[in-house]
Amino acid sequence: MNIDTKYHGTVAVKDEDIIRFPHGLPGFADEKRFVLLPLADTPFVILQSVKTPALGFVLIEPFSYFPAYEFELDEAMVEQLDIESERDVAVYVILTVADPFDNTTANLQAPVVINARKRIGKQVILSNTPYKTKHRLFPEKAAT
Amino acid sequence: MLVLTRKLKEAIQIGDDIEITVLAIQGDQVKLGINAPRHIDIHRKEVYLAIQAENSAAAEAHEASLAELTAKLKQWKQR
Repeated sequence: MNIDTKYHGTVAVKDEDIIRFPHGLPGFADEKRFVLLPLADTPFVILQSVKTPALGFVLIEPFSYFPAYEFELDEAMVEQLDIESERDVAVYVILTVADPFDNTTANLQAPVVINARKRIGKQVILSNTPYKTKHRLFPEKAAT
Repeated sequence: MLVLTRKLKEAIQIGDDIEITVLAIQGDQVKLGINAPRHIDIHRKEVYLAIQAENSAAAEAHEASLAELTAKLKQWKQR
């Protein structure tokens, strides 16, 4: 099937490419189906809504930019995502692109966790965590 | 809104499988214990609202900014 997207024009997607978000995302409860579309020549992956062309979140893999980043998925999340092996899990964080770009932040408090094998995703809200919704992508600029 | 008064150690049952118990009261702080099925997500309200707001802000990104941001990231990584 063809879908219209925010960054990639019209894209052909297969059923097996679609990732289910059974609860949507906070603020976007009705958006339950997404595809992951890498954005050419960038480190970004777009989490594109299947039903809403204008809705595409900018994701990055957090571990290259925040090497110390870690969290534990609790039992409830493992169950909701039907995770059997750590190898099936992909972790992304959502960027809030700011102008000026130096102020762009990543939401480390609510990573997007995807069971790649089962094609189920969820934005997991970490509790009892030091991470916040806004971590600067260019931390050394914070001092200026 | 339904309003119920509860004392220490008393509980509220919501539906068949959600139970909220008042565990401790200290000054203006109330400690609640919540038993719910695993498919029910439970969050501090202000945290949930913050994530909602951040998602809305994140959804506003534009293609042009992404190209510039990529250039900036490459520069920054090379340092």
